[in-house]
Amino acid sequence: MALTNRSIQVDRKPMTWLESIYLWNIVKGMAITFSHLFKRRPTISYPEQTRSFSKVFRGLHVLNRDEEGRERCTACGLCAVACPAEAITMEAAERLPGEEGLYREEKYAARYEINMLRCIFCGLCEEACPKDAIYLSQTFAPANYGRSGFIYKKNDLLIPNPLTEPEAYQKALGEKASKN
Amino acid sequence: MYLLTMDWWLVLEKAILVAFIVTISLVIAMYTTYAERKVAAWLQDRRGPNRAGPFGLFQPLADGGKLFFKEEIIPVSSSRFLFILGPSLAMITALLTSAVIPWGGHLHLFNRDVSLQIADVNIGILYIFGVVSLGVYGIMIGGWASNNKFSLLAAIRGASQMISYELAMGLALIAVLMLTGSLQMSRIVGSQVEGSNYWNVILQPVGFIVFFVCALAECNRTPFDLAEAENELNFGYHQEYSSMKLGFYLFAEYINMFISSAVMSTLYFGGYDILPFVDETKWGLDPNLLSILGFAALMAKTFFFLFVFIWIRWTIPRFRYDQLMNLGWKRLIPLALVNMLITAALILWLKK
Repeated sequence: MALTNRSIQVDRKPMTWLESIYLWNIVKGMAITFSHLFKRRPTISYPEQTRSFSKVFRGLHVLNRDEEGRERCTACGLCAVACPAEAITMEAAERLPGEEGLYREEKYAARYEINMLRCIFCGLCEEACPKDAIYLSQTFAPANYGRSGFIYKKNDLLIPNPLTEPEAYQKALGEKASKN
Repeated sequence: MYLLTMDWWLVLEKAILVAFIVTISLVIAMYTTYAERKVAAWLQDRRGPNRAGPFGLFQPLADGGKLFFKEEIIPVSSSRFLFILGPSLAMITALLTSAVIPWGGHLHLFNRDVSLQIADVNIGILYIFGVVSLGVYGIMIGGWASNNKFSLLAAIRGASQMISYELAMGLALIAVLMLTGSLQMSRIVGSQVEGSNYWNVILQPVGFIVFFVCALAECNRTPFDLAEAENELNFGYHQEYSSMKLGFYLFAEYINMFISSAVMSTLYFGGYDILPFVDETKWGLDPNLLSILGFAALMAKTFFFLFVFIWIRWTIPRFRYDQLMNLGWKRLIPLALVNMLITAALILWLKK
């Protein structure tokens, strides 16, 4: 019984003499493979060429700074609460007098770690953040030799300071720059 | 006194030629492995090896180095002497065939007429057949000495396949021999080169196709690579081999490919004849230059056949064993026989 009209009846006729020396079919097959010599190769030679990600790609996290180069994060912990994979840990500290140029508010994150092996790059931390302090960038976490290498510390995550290293800052902003 | 009367220059000349030809076959075999991977990649819309050196040109060196430095394993239950003899035999027989192929015309150097053929024996083509048949022993001994069921099965398959296809190959060749009237390689080429004579492929298209198919089978190339059937016999006769002994087997296959391409160009495509239907001597070129151009022409033909070998390998799946035997015994041999009879009849008819 035919389930679909796409099924093709297998032809079990014995081969004719010409078919049995295979030559014609082999020539046909070789013409097909030969045509592939002139086809465009879809390969991207990875380390030299990279494929651009889509605009909504969620990659490695970046801890943001404001225009004066102060860290935006206040260590409120909303991102850690929102995180379904429990990849984020942090420790809060109080800003001391004289540190106003470093931290935007009077509370800041003394320790901020994201375990990239746990992270599922869902972007819920970005959505949870009331201070626009964390966002997911267009890069991904590179390979590493040990597990500890995948626990990203605050230094690994912080965006370069826009006042002292403006070029690196612009580069880190990437697509985000046009979005704002 | 006898030593003094010997033509020592001839010995030197031949020694240089042997060294040159062997080196060339080895280097070409090496780069055929590279070409194989590259062409395979192109046919499959990939890029192929491109990391070692520019365009991956050092890839064969890297592969060879790897094979040299790998651990040499000789299984305990194997027959040690035969185990080593197998790959040596494969390599030796692969290289021996190049001796009777005329690689070019004559070079006139230092007041001597240097022939670009190592040995112009009057039974040249029989010699090639003999040596190629010896190549079966490389496979058979290797498979037997490994003391392994799969290897032995593969070796038996390979041996029976080579013997079956040699028959059709010989029958296809007889037609050429009838046209030329000689077994001597230089005369077979000469009859095609002289003046504006035809290449044998024009007179013998069917014979050429039969010969080509049999050459594929003799080299154990896909679609006839039943001897090494990697997915059914687990790599066949060289399953137990490692390091450079494995390398020799793989390498011998590529040398065989090169040599049989050269033989095919010699027998059917005019050898070192540069263009068909054209008398090259009328171009008024320096004879030495003409010889070198002839050598280049032979190489170009050989490379074309190497490409076809590779092209076929990456197009056609392997034959089943019964299909292989049916094709050999029931199709190719009758075809070659009919071809031979028709050629013979035509020769007799036209000569009258």
